[in-house]
Amino acid sequence: MALKRVRFTFPEEMIKEPVIHRMGHEFQVVTNIRMADVDEHTGWVVLEIEGDPGEIERSLAWAQSRGVRVDPVGGDIVEG
Amino acid sequence: MSFAKSLRCRECHREYPLAAIHVCEFCFGPLEVAYDYDAIRRNTSRESIAAGPASLWRYRNLLPCDANAAVDIGAGFTPLIHAKNLGKALGLPRLYIKNDTVNPTWSFKDRVVAIASTRARELGYEKLACASTGNLANSVSAHAAAAGMDAVVFIPHDLEAGKVLGSSIYGPTLVKVRGNYDAVNRLCAELAGSYNWAFVNVNVRPYYSEGSKTLGFEIAEQLGWRAPDHCVVPIASGSLFVKIRKGLDELAKIGLIDPPRTRMSGAQATGCSPVAVAWEEGSMNFRPQRPNTIARSLAIGNPADGYYSLVQLRDTEGACGNVNDEEIVKGMTLLAETEGIFGETAAGVTVASLKQLAERGRISPDELTVAFITGAGFKTSEAVAEALRPPLEVEASMESFEQACEALQKAEVPA
Repeated sequence: MALKRVRFTFPEEMIKEPVIHRMGHEFQVVTNIRMADVDEHTGWVVLEIEGDPGEIERSLAWAQSRGVRVDPVGGDIVEG
Repeated sequence: MSFAKSLRCRECHREYPLAAIHVCEFCFGPLEVAYDYDAIRRNTSRESIAAGPASLWRYRNLLPCDANAAVDIGAGFTPLIHAKNLGKALGLPRLYIKNDTVNPTWSFKDRVVAIASTRARELGYEKLACASTGNLANSVSAHAAAAGMDAVVFIPHDLEAGKVLGSSIYGPTLVKVRGNYDAVNRLCAELAGSYNWAFVNVNVRPYYSEGSKTLGFEIAEQLGWRAPDHCVVPIASGSLFVKIRKGLDELAKIGLIDPPRTRMSGAQATGCSPVAVAWEEGSMNFRPQRPNTIARSLAIGNPADGYYSLVQLRDTEGACGNVNDEEIVKGMTLLAETEGIFGETAAGVTVASLKQLAERGRISPDELTVAFITGAGFKTSEAVAEALRPPLEVEASMESFEQACEALQKAEVPA
């Protein structure tokens, strides 16, 4: 089992979709929302995902394919 | 010794020991170094600072590591210049340039890496690491060499040869990662979590970012112990932008300057402008972007301190420039032609943003304004090469030379 922390950013057209709920149904992962801020134009969620490492990666790839942007929680690591 | 007493969460204010950790376990807020300011005040004066070395280590009492064991390659205490020519061109007669191109590896990153490497060595680390598109890689490689530490530096596979050489000369383990920006970022986030290395901008980030405060200390001292009215700072992760102001606030806290009323303005390239766009929209939520700009040293699409940058823009009544690649090149040449300073593309972003903000009335001509030039131009010379006038080519004769001068003169006189 592994635990991964990521930040989801939702584009405006996806704000109403229950992506995290569906992710937990489609894949063998436990999702835990730790922080979030959503308004009518955009929204982000800091999420903990627990599960088999491969299953976590598959669930994140699925979320990305739905249009969610997935980033490391602490911001980009690569700097100038 | 250091007057640092703990790490503290910026969000929930929980305290942690001074270890190699950077995120609050409860709320995921960033950790920041907390100091015993009463003790610093008792032990620090303008005179004691002035008697210190001509480097950032003159501010030793306000740094989170022991200056007696510093990894010191001479970072900091760079010139502050009254930019009369550039100021005249922009209608800003009280404009100053903080010229950080003259640091040991030619960028302000030497400030943050000096602190990160010193603290990493104190914490017992033997390896320094980073992921970078240039400046940070150069500085980590150089400081590790001077500290007798190993360096592991990750770079994108398509990095320009000049930037690769600027790191490899110091002998690090240089790793070119194939893949796009997101892939490199993802791999490095995983590596940082898996290896027991001092990843300068990850697990030792609270110490690393304190190095940027020294820019705030220096400009106040160089202005005769006063804060400027306005600062214009390039924004990448946002850490530099936030910490310059923290430096000014700390000097006030220990009684060395009056409380600053400095307006803090930012500068971003249109091809990577999450903070500028959020500021323009009046939102405190930035949307991460995929960078596409010649200003690669500012190309952070998901800035760690993006939110805090927006807070600072709002609280200090600052503004954020947003300039395209063409304006960036013009900014680089304008700086060079007016002040004799060859800055990199980030400098072009800063100067072009100064111009934009001055034209829009966001900077008043009355304000004592400091613009931060954070890296040297030879690192990104390819960005301006095509925009520059080619040299005159002549035969080895007086006649040929004079003909060429005449032709040049004719070309320069508008029809």
